[in-house]
Amino acid sequence: MSDDLYDPSDEPLEPTDDQPLNTIEASDAIRDKVRMDLSGGDVSASTSGGLWRTAGREIIRKKSAIVGMSLLSILLLLAAFAPIIAPYPPDEVLFDQGVSPRDPPCIHLFGCAEENSQHILGIDGNGRDYFSRIVYGARVSLLAAFVAVLFASIWGTTVGLIAGFFGGWVDNFLMRVMDVLLSFPSLLLAIVVVTVLGPGLINAILAIAIVTIPQYARIVRSSVLSIREQEYVSADQALGVSRWRLLAHRIFPNTLTPLIVIATLGVATAVLEIASLSFLGLGVQPPTPEWGSMLAAERNQVFTAPHLVFFAGLMIMWNVLGFNLLGDGLRDAIDPRLGR
Amino acid sequence: MARFLLRRFISSIPVIIGILALVFALARMIPGDPCRAALGERATDEICDAYNERYGLNEPILVQFGIYIKDVATGDLGESFRFGVPVTQLLIERLPTTIELAGAALMIAVIVGVPLGIISGYRHNSKTDVATMIGANIGVAMPVFWLGLMLQYIFAVFLRDTPLALPPSGKLDAGLIPVPFYEAWGLPMNGLTEFLSEFTIMNALVTFQSEILSSAVLHLILPAVALATIPMAIIARMTRSSLLDVLGLDYVRTARAKGLRERSVILKHALRNAMLPVVTIIGLSFGLLLGGAILTETIFNLAGVGKTLFDAITSRDYTVVQGFTLVVAISFVIVNLVVDLLYTYLDPRVRVS
Repeated sequence: MSDDLYDPSDEPLEPTDDQPLNTIEASDAIRDKVRMDLSGGDVSASTSGGLWRTAGREIIRKKSAIVGMSLLSILLLLAAFAPIIAPYPPDEVLFDQGVSPRDPPCIHLFGCAEENSQHILGIDGNGRDYFSRIVYGARVSLLAAFVAVLFASIWGTTVGLIAGFFGGWVDNFLMRVMDVLLSFPSLLLAIVVVTVLGPGLINAILAIAIVTIPQYARIVRSSVLSIREQEYVSADQALGVSRWRLLAHRIFPNTLTPLIVIATLGVATAVLEIASLSFLGLGVQPPTPEWGSMLAAERNQVFTAPHLVFFAGLMIMWNVLGFNLLGDGLRDAIDPRLGR
Repeated sequence: MARFLLRRFISSIPVIIGILALVFALARMIPGDPCRAALGERATDEICDAYNERYGLNEPILVQFGIYIKDVATGDLGESFRFGVPVTQLLIERLPTTIELAGAALMIAVIVGVPLGIISGYRHNSKTDVATMIGANIGVAMPVFWLGLMLQYIFAVFLRDTPLALPPSGKLDAGLIPVPFYEAWGLPMNGLTEFLSEFTIMNALVTFQSEILSSAVLHLILPAVALATIPMAIIARMTRSSLLDVLGLDYVRTARAKGLRERSVILKHALRNAMLPVVTIIGLSFGLLLGGAILTETIFNLAGVGKTLFDAITSRDYTVVQGFTLVVAISFVIVNLVVDLLYTYLDPRVRVS
């Protein structure tokens, strides 16, 4: 599974005991490589720099990661400087300035008459500047997806650490619960959860987070299973290091590598799912500028004002593509065996 | 082999019980009183008491769960408040639409995705490869609902008066009413024949209703393409990377060394092993298709499981939500089981470990 971009929630349902993620081996390989890089071939030399510096260097070599990072930087800039970039406030209704609903884009540079005010992506159905709403939408999309993944990965890591470390019936029980969550198509489960919680941005984030917890739990659990068998863990055990210390200082740090890759790819999925929920009217509610709900608001006008549907979707794609490419690059950089 | 099958089968039982419990719990956690949701806001307390009594809603929750399991086991999924028909009847009418849509989408995804993956894996780093992978990256990033709307715009508005124009929504042209095959063949109408006759394309095919057939196929193209895009991209990527893995193995070098034609090395030797993970991915795309079906059916106005489920949620038709969610989740489990078994069949090593 080296180059796929599939939804990580679609991992095989069978627990992956047989093929635990061999992170130790991978990070050892990287560490050796760092040593080689730093010391011009002498492996015994300093190990400072570590995994992340090499990873950083590898990422810069990857074209896809560069493209991903560029896409995301632009979005981050849009989100951060939205009030400066957007020519109008996202909620301002401009009917008193001579616009009518769903006006097509008007760009002076491209021959739109000077006496008309400039709206580079046109006007939406409620007389608001569409470009401004698109720009502000970057904030909602990035923030919502990020929070969802943060929440899911914290809970997933906790579950995975406990299941993998304690094993036995705890493991069995927790993993069966995760299996149950994974037996629903994630969007369907998210819809049902939002129905229980009630529509809205926070609840949509929560729903997406809940349905993605199993992915993180499984990845972390399988890392724990392989790390638990390592000699340095046995050595610590023999020295009488407490279980919690072992978990916090030996096992947890080593699960982070695969987790970060999965989380980056997970943000992409979260962006899509939050947009989907909002499109169905269960996520972000108008008038908050969010791409999914903006698209839903104008979907019946797709035949007369396609630009109002086109750009919102394009931005969602932009965001998803950015995180996917970055995640791919990150994975290849961290695990060079997979790079190609 | 038999032991493996049995073990695999038994291991899915707790999951199915878990699904039943979760669906049961979620349906009860949905805000609102089931009685007033069913009978309307103005139902009096006496009426609601009687209603709760009748449907066992006054019993302790575990007893209710027991009743629920018993009902499900006997094929009783309750009655839709909104349509006033049993949920199973709704499933009979609407499941075929979704199966047809998902089946067509999966077919497109495999027929296009696998060859693209093979070509870009074989011609690694060529222009075709780069183009395919860029396309695949864009494909997985596209929101299904956006793609659907754009396809509608392109094929129904932009290309309106060209031969490429396609209908943007619905299942058939207005006014066309298919004759179910059981009527044409003089068979009795029952749950099974009705279910089968709802497969519009198959039904039109076996009863030679050419006008219906062409209309149904044309209506299916856009939603199927929209739904197929993400799995197609995933399958292409998976095929490519898996083929690349296999092409580096010794036995492929041996096959080349003994002078086999490249064509047979790729298609006969490498591909057989490269397809193993692809089979898993194809099976697992099913979940994606079902999730996507909710969006696709909403956009293309197809009365399938996805749209019905979504409408049921917005109109608080809880028994439908409960029944449809259950059926979708259980069919997902079954598909996964089948994929596992297929995998075992294709790769004997899995059986040994």
